[in-house]
Amino acid sequence: MAKKILIVGGGLAGTIVANGLCRQLRDELGSGSVTITMIGASQTHMYQPGLLYVPFGRIRESELFRDQRKVLDRQVPYIVDPARRIDVDKRMVVTESGKSHAYDFLVIATGSRIRPDTVPGMTEGAHWFYDLEGARKMRDALEQFQGGRIVVNVNAPHKCPVAPIEITLMLRDHLAARGILDRSEITYTYPIGRLHGLEPVAQWMVPEFERCGIKSEIFFNTKSVDPKAKTITSEEGTTLQYDLLVTIPPHTGQQVITDSELGMGGWVPTERNTLLREGSSNIFVVGDTTNLPISKAGSTAHFEADTIVDNLSSLIKEDRWARHYDGKVFCFVETGLNTGTYVWFNYLTPPNPGPPSQMIHWFKLAYNRLYWLSARGLL
Amino acid sequence: MAERHKVDARGAFCPGPLMELIATLRHAQIGDEIEVWSTDKGSAKDIPEWVKKVRHELVAVNEGSGYWRIIVRKAK
Repeated sequence: MAKKILIVGGGLAGTIVANGLCRQLRDELGSGSVTITMIGASQTHMYQPGLLYVPFGRIRESELFRDQRKVLDRQVPYIVDPARRIDVDKRMVVTESGKSHAYDFLVIATGSRIRPDTVPGMTEGAHWFYDLEGARKMRDALEQFQGGRIVVNVNAPHKCPVAPIEITLMLRDHLAARGILDRSEITYTYPIGRLHGLEPVAQWMVPEFERCGIKSEIFFNTKSVDPKAKTITSEEGTTLQYDLLVTIPPHTGQQVITDSELGMGGWVPTERNTLLREGSSNIFVVGDTTNLPISKAGSTAHFEADTIVDNLSSLIKEDRWARHYDGKVFCFVETGLNTGTYVWFNYLTPPNPGPPSQMIHWFKLAYNRLYWLSARGLL
Repeated sequence: MAERHKVDARGAFCPGPLMELIATLRHAQIGDEIEVWSTDKGSAKDIPEWVKKVRHELVAVNEGSGYWRIIVRKAK
């Protein structure tokens, strides 16, 4: 009997796993002793980090999308039929159409989603760029903006932890380029007692924000937004007025995870080194879906996916583990419209951001195109 | 019935133990306890400060075996 590998989720993490396994298991796929199937929710694959540039008109929407079947190795059948129930006891995934898919090995890569609806008034009162519709609306709102108070509001948990810094500094450059910075004020809010989760990044941000004239409110966990009064209030008791509210909405995992009782908030409890679901020996969890205390970011998904490819192919070919995931994360950080820096860290090595430069910004722009090689598992 | 949720944030540089606690509290029920494990000694100060500020309940701060165990009860 062929060993069935089922990948649930057609985002970056699931796609790298699928494509990597196709290369590692070429002979087994050819002989029919292994099959790989992917279940996803969309015909298209979106380059999510590109959404950051949409409000500023710095990327074409067509650059954000590819046909998922063209990104995926042709040996992997791709079924657009979202998973609705994952039954780990029966080793079965049931989809929206009612079909059941059995597996020997399961890779859960269902990702995360924004939930502005969980904060009263946020959907009506705020803008965001974490989905295409939101990014388009934010672009329209920015075009109308002629000066005033902008609040950039960060909520926990959220994916891409550097995106709030990037949008804030890019907004500042955008207002300066339009000549309305002198009649504008940007206030950045953050949930904990410093400007960023990464302490070295938070330290770097203090003089950078000072230089750019950006104000900040720390210990700000959003309680509610009043779209009529144009105010945002925190659990800690602070209320801010705004003319334009840009939020990084809180995220949850996908409904299928909570419906299948696989994890609170849609995050699946995952062993930090093997990336196995806690309590399972045949279920891997990758990308935003894990409950691991590390950044929910594309690079995290990428490095985790590489580890799963090595381990799953090694288990099938050699009946042994290959290696551990070390918690590696690498993030480019846009520090305006023309400069950038980067951070990397793992479970043992703290991050240490370098000085911003135009060169790193160009690398990031190049990566916006190289991403598709990453998804194909070539980079 | 109140539950205890464990958050193993040892080695968590980003988003960090307090952010992990905040994220977990969002989905916990009132009365549930969250036990945060952190290798960052700053957590033993940051977390109690924040808990006091937003009026949850600090149950315990214990140090041992190279990390801190901070227990918080969701109060509202």
